[in-house]
Amino acid sequence: MGKGRLWKRSLRAGVLTLLAVAFTGCAIGNGPQSVNRPAGDSMRKIWDLFLPIFWLSVVIFVLVTAILLFALWRFRQRPGEDRHPEQLHGNTRLEIAWTMAPAVILAIIAVPTLSLIFELDRKPGPEALTVRAIGHQWWWEFQYPELNVVTANELHLVVDRPVRIELHSVDVIHSFWVPRLAGKRDVIPGWNNVLTFTPQEVGVFPGQCAEFCGIQHANMKFTVVVQTQEEFDAWIRQQQQPAAEVPADPLAAQGRELFLTPANACMGCHTVAGTEAQGKVGPDLTHVGSRGIIAGGMLENTPENLARWLRNPQAVKPGNKMVLPRQLTDQEIQALVAYLTSLK
Amino acid sequence: MVESALKLERARYERSALVEWLTTVDHKKIGILYFWTSIVFLLIAGFLALLIRTQLIVPENTFLGPETYNQVFTMHGTMMVFFVGMPLNAAFFNFFVPLMIGARDVAFPRLNAFSYWAFLLGSLLMLSGFLFGAAPDGGWFGYANLTSSKLYSPGLNIDFWVMGLQVLGVASLASALNFFVTIVNMRAPGMSLMRMPVFVWMTLITAILILLAFPSLTVGLVMIMFDRYFGTNFFNPAAGGDPVIWQHLFWIFGHPEVYILILPPMGMISEILPTFSRKPLFGYTFVVFAGMGIAFLSFGVWAHHMFAVGMGPVPNAVFATTTMLIAIPTGVKIFNWLGTLWGGSIRMTTALLFAATFISMFTIGGISGVMHASVPIDYWQTDSYFVVAHFHYVLFGGLVFAVLAATYYWFPKMFGRMLDERLGKLHFVLTLIGFNLTFFPMHFLGIDGMPRRIYTYSAGMGWDLWNLVISIGGYLTALSFLVFLYNVVRTFQRPADAPADPWDGRTLEWSIPSPPPAHNFDVVPVVRGRDAFWIEKYGAEEVVGPTPERHGPPTGGSPQRPHNPDPGQHAGHGPSTPSGHGGQAHIHLPPPSWFPLSTAIGLTLMGTGMVMHASDTLGSLGFPVVGLGIAVVVVSLLGWTFEPIHEEAHA
Repeated sequence: MGKGRLWKRSLRAGVLTLLAVAFTGCAIGNGPQSVNRPAGDSMRKIWDLFLPIFWLSVVIFVLVTAILLFALWRFRQRPGEDRHPEQLHGNTRLEIAWTMAPAVILAIIAVPTLSLIFELDRKPGPEALTVRAIGHQWWWEFQYPELNVVTANELHLVVDRPVRIELHSVDVIHSFWVPRLAGKRDVIPGWNNVLTFTPQEVGVFPGQCAEFCGIQHANMKFTVVVQTQEEFDAWIRQQQQPAAEVPADPLAAQGRELFLTPANACMGCHTVAGTEAQGKVGPDLTHVGSRGIIAGGMLENTPENLARWLRNPQAVKPGNKMVLPRQLTDQEIQALVAYLTSLK
Repeated sequence: MVESALKLERARYERSALVEWLTTVDHKKIGILYFWTSIVFLLIAGFLALLIRTQLIVPENTFLGPETYNQVFTMHGTMMVFFVGMPLNAAFFNFFVPLMIGARDVAFPRLNAFSYWAFLLGSLLMLSGFLFGAAPDGGWFGYANLTSSKLYSPGLNIDFWVMGLQVLGVASLASALNFFVTIVNMRAPGMSLMRMPVFVWMTLITAILILLAFPSLTVGLVMIMFDRYFGTNFFNPAAGGDPVIWQHLFWIFGHPEVYILILPPMGMISEILPTFSRKPLFGYTFVVFAGMGIAFLSFGVWAHHMFAVGMGPVPNAVFATTTMLIAIPTGVKIFNWLGTLWGGSIRMTTALLFAATFISMFTIGGISGVMHASVPIDYWQTDSYFVVAHFHYVLFGGLVFAVLAATYYWFPKMFGRMLDERLGKLHFVLTLIGFNLTFFPMHFLGIDGMPRRIYTYSAGMGWDLWNLVISIGGYLTALSFLVFLYNVVRTFQRPADAPADPWDGRTLEWSIPSPPPAHNFDVVPVVRGRDAFWIEKYGAEEVVGPTPERHGPPTGGSPQRPHNPDPGQHAGHGPSTPSGHGGQAHIHLPPPSWFPLSTAIGLTLMGTGMVMHASDTLGSLGFPVVGLGIAVVVVSLLGWTFEPIHEEAHA
């Protein structure tokens, strides 16, 4: 009858949806933050724990739904039928069985879970690299305390060398997350959280803040550049140099002048090592020209984007903490861009 | 004498419809108020969800700015939990718990009205933030110190949130007390605890959960309020405070809250499946005790919302274990529901379709919950879209499906009209497809590492396709609700002709006319077993337990003739129904009262004054308004205390 047809139609629609999902299955897991392609030991272990639990879940869901659909079909009331089913109140043996079954399944899940909790918490050896990641609304500061390097939004790590990331926040709670390398760890003001893992692949891995931290939470991103030890050492040497000299390019020199004029307020927030600019509120700009991203990972570091940012940072990233004391002229912006890009 | 007194009574009751609704203390009317109010809030919060989905439909969209987006997602979550989920459950508690236990009203009818008005006004207080462009924007979880510090949340947004929630909390606590006392004290003769319908059981357990969980939220909110208004430093790390304390307080409330939301729907399912299978609930005792087990465990699992906080491996391991344990009683319930359907004579009504689908959808949400219980997996899934998928399968696939089932099931009893079944099935199919299209792909986004609560994302993250699909699913879900609304409107255009017992029901509410008369039962029923009405209709193979005796003052009915056994026949209305012995019925109905409303107004004024105090322009008016609110509350409570409670007829 009409009702039956509607039921069948909905079933068919459901099957079609499932098929569509299966066909587009290739659209899952190819992103730069897709956890199914782990590039660090920690995420690899997590993914290996997830997969069997996932398949177990599929089996349970299919079982429950199959029983449900079968019962609905087998025991449906036929048209004109007035059956009075037996008033069955229960069955203690069955109850015990289906109390035990989930208990056993959970025990199977619990054992590897508990052991991995402790494994992920294990302290790294002395060869580990120590990095301090400091959450700011809405950008990341990275310090290498043993190497005397400070940078922003771009974290460099060494492949196959464990890293010990000390997590601090200067304002609210953030969460440090590089999906392909490791799980999350919250960055809490007043706490000294530590996250340890070993990157296992050379490459660039995006990460972002995972705890809601205010208006620009969406644009608190960063990248992790995993390099070989040699590349990393070269990068460290470059970052250790101060950017003191006045650039040869006259436009850049003019930009330096603008930057270091107190009335323009740049140096109140930003540091350029080797100059009077020693502000600690915004990102350290000593080597900003060498970074791939700016504005908390929101923009690629190109002269056009820098200019856009300097023209009106509040229009690009509403609510961010950078407030210009006055509107800069186009000429001043060009000069500042030239100076900032010269800071390699 | 008696006659003139009755006339006087009638004059009291003959008021305009508006006054009648404003002053009613009838649990059924209050239930209906809860129902329509939360349906309106559901539409608003659903509209907010559509705004979210429109913003995320393409990468780098500029439809909503970050400020608006954060307000929208905060209010979507807060509303769906406090303005929709809990009050929708409360609508059914109010209307049906007294009917199912054979009572004439709740224990404290005026307190019940107060709960509703405080809920409504508290909700409106928080919603009014939108009028000032300052709706709450700290997430429904309001993590300190982002919310507790004026430095990081300078506007009135969080003040609206804190004050609105405090008023709502009072409403919930009052309501929980009321239902706890009602269920413990007001059951009809013979309605022993283990004969109560499972929906009543789940209401009782929910009331206990609210009583134990909400104080923790209240304390936390007071601490946020003090930090913001009076310069305390509970959550300020610079002064030795710790923002993580808020997380503990919030989740000690927040996890039981999940069960406050989902246990009543489990009760609804446990009523609907037996009715449409024409079989009793399979394993009643186990389902009841599983509910208690879930409630008990729910207080020992809060930190599973905080695995990434860095509490250390030992606490994480403990909370992982307790969390996994919850899956056992939940599994027991699911299997018992399947057992209920098995061997039944299943009628494919809209209510049954929603209820049966609940089992399957809730299973998905339950299983992904077990994944989160596995701490290392949670390090990845927490705060990603995987979690968004998970709790929407629990709250939409669970709560909303169950509430829709309950709506189709109980609508005739509430309004005397049957919802259209053809439209109902269209509604069901659209909801099923729309819901899964919306929320299933969120699992994929979780795998692709998309975090929650972001107002924008860049192209090239591999998130474009699924966000588009999800948004389309969202629009389809909205369409399904339009079908539902159309169904409701059409139903109200038709005559009210629902029979007393349209579904061949099993519980006492089906033994009285649809809609029930003001006094519910002409004669208080006597309960001879579980599925009390079914036994009266068809007889039980065996009646277990003691034969009930009538306690308390005689109600005029004879125990041998408990209630009207003929489902089709409408019982007479009015308090003077002859009882068979020719005696005058002795039905006590509390008179309407203005004091619940005025008390709620006073309470809301106090909250409003606090918000005003924080504002730049009206700051000086703040404390005077708080004072006015206190005065209104005090005067109202005095009036409430000394208000005479009339007996309608004195024999």
